[in-house]
Amino acid sequence: MKRIIYSEIEGRSPQFYALAAILGVFILAALASAYYMEHNGHYVTGMNNQIVWGTPHIFAIFLIVAASGALNVASIGTVFSKTIYKPLGRFSALLAIAMLVGGLVVLVLDLGRPDRLIVAMTHYNFKSIFAWNIFLYVGFLVIVVAYLWVQMERRMNGYAKTAGMVAFLWRLILTTGTGSIFGFLVAREAYDSAIMAPLFIAMSFSFGLAAYILVLLATCRGSNREIGDRIVYKLGRLLGVFVSLVLYFTVVQHLANLYAAEHIGVEKFILLEGGVYTLLFWVGQVIIGGIIPLFLVFRPAKAGSQNSNRGIILASTLVIIGGFAQVYVIVIGGQAYPLNMFPGMEVSSSFNDGVIASYAPSLPEIGLGLGGVALTGLIVMIGIKLLRFLPESLADSEIDPHHAISVKSN
Amino acid sequence: MSRKVKHPTTTPGFDPVRRKFLSTMAAAAGVTLAPGVMLYGIARSTSAVARAPASAVSSDVRWGMLIDLNRCDNGCDDCVSACSKENGLQGHGRQSTDAQWIRKVDITNPETGASQSLPVMCQHCAEPPCVDVCPTGASFKRADGIVLVDKHTCIGCRYCMMACPYKARSFIHESLEDQKPHAPRGKGTVESCTLCVHRVDAGGQPACVEACSDTGGGAMLFGDLKDPNSEISQRVAKYATQQIRADLGLDPGVRYRNL
Repeated sequence: MKRIIYSEIEGRSPQFYALAAILGVFILAALASAYYMEHNGHYVTGMNNQIVWGTPHIFAIFLIVAASGALNVASIGTVFSKTIYKPLGRFSALLAIAMLVGGLVVLVLDLGRPDRLIVAMTHYNFKSIFAWNIFLYVGFLVIVVAYLWVQMERRMNGYAKTAGMVAFLWRLILTTGTGSIFGFLVAREAYDSAIMAPLFIAMSFSFGLAAYILVLLATCRGSNREIGDRIVYKLGRLLGVFVSLVLYFTVVQHLANLYAAEHIGVEKFILLEGGVYTLLFWVGQVIIGGIIPLFLVFRPAKAGSQNSNRGIILASTLVIIGGFAQVYVIVIGGQAYPLNMFPGMEVSSSFNDGVIASYAPSLPEIGLGLGGVALTGLIVMIGIKLLRFLPESLADSEIDPHHAISVKSN
Repeated sequence: MSRKVKHPTTTPGFDPVRRKFLSTMAAAAGVTLAPGVMLYGIARSTSAVARAPASAVSSDVRWGMLIDLNRCDNGCDDCVSACSKENGLQGHGRQSTDAQWIRKVDITNPETGASQSLPVMCQHCAEPPCVDVCPTGASFKRADGIVLVDKHTCIGCRYCMMACPYKARSFIHESLEDQKPHAPRGKGTVESCTLCVHRVDAGGQPACVEACSDTGGGAMLFGDLKDPNSEISQRVAKYATQQIRADLGLDPGVRYRNL
């Protein structure tokens, strides 16, 4: 294998500045949305006393979960010693940092009192999984920055494997924490299950890799860098494995719930009678985010054909759409189903007890969420302009140790 | 040859601009601090209505409530209106976002048609999930069993609302006016029934209980569950009582009879 040369992108083209400006507009719109929500109070959003976590949480959770998954490409290279993935490692770590920051900003700006962030940083209840997560997020940022440093500083390259191992373990713990935010909620039938942790880990693998593939291909195209068909094909097949994993955990999650008579109600709601949630589950998560991407990445197409690359781009896009649908069903659907305070009884009150809660995302919520995505994009753009995250070429002949052999055998 | 030394007309080191600046700053600081000092004074002078600082909340007491549903009338919501009046809860006519600290819940058995109506509020659990999940410790349980929200450290994350099995908490969705000094609230934070802690600390009982005995059916009884001689303890010992979602093992301080 040849020596990989990393370089900054030039970042002076009109397209670069135009894209940065567009992302900037989205970020400003998000800040305006946050100000509007805080100034008027959350009643201007779609959230209420039944659906307390709304669309900003969908974006935040998606970004945070995907962030840890985006780091997987680096882990495969350094921890699992797959040489072909090594040149992709730095960019994977950059995307992980950018997505986590984007998600956290959305989460903080949706707080009732975002001005009290300092309180959250100085007052800890160590029994709270939420408080643990604050440490896990901050720790993740520190560890991934260190991981990047040992990858980028030649004198420190010897520590890359150790740093990669720490980062890999930390990201597993982090997503366990994010999933357990829901898993530990004993009162809500849609959550209250240990499977939320591994389910979220599978989701992170899948969403993170899909986002990585799209951002990597877009960046290579935008900066005129070659990317080999072989590596795209491999990433696509790996995405297929992760998508299957998400489907597997989803089946187990619902099967276990269906077996228990006490959970039939909530399962019937999500799987059959939940209207928009049922639609998002079957069409959004299962078909668009699961079955079609699986077909696209595993269908018998010649590795590296133009057709195959297009299929992988489409599959990654669908996985992200399906991922948003899945997080929506988990977060909003799980809250919409009423608390079962009096099992077996019909319940009603002036406080919407016993009824399916209604929720419609409002414009400021969507604006805030999209701002988090835009911030992620802008961090990546600034990152690759300032530092050497990307190899000058990801052509198969440059990065694939088996390239020469496969060419010969052909 | 002697040279005349020219003395400066002002003291060495004196800078009139600096002096003016300092005096302006001092005045500004005074104007800023004075109201705070005054409020502190007022707070001290009115602290007589609250529990004296010397008598710390004791875990020898566990405040609780017993609600007899045979005496709770379907159409009566005196407890709800008393709570709103006492704590200054004003709705904005928006049912899904207005705060409710106590509500009447109607339950019907779909097989037999038998129905009941009961007030539900914060159940003041011995093992409160809201306290467990709160990242900043703003949700807390006092030694005497009352579960409260510290309005100064609540960041409005709403995780406690996700965790509460009783839907007892409300998020303050909009600006507030005419707050009661004894029941401070704040936009962007979470709140719930305080068991009228300001009354309890002054030796009284919650407004809902008082209203229920004055104009309602006298269904609500407030007292110390740890004092074997209290009326509530004696009744709980004598009659079968229920806790909502007792299966969760949270040991709520609010008990129901004939549920």
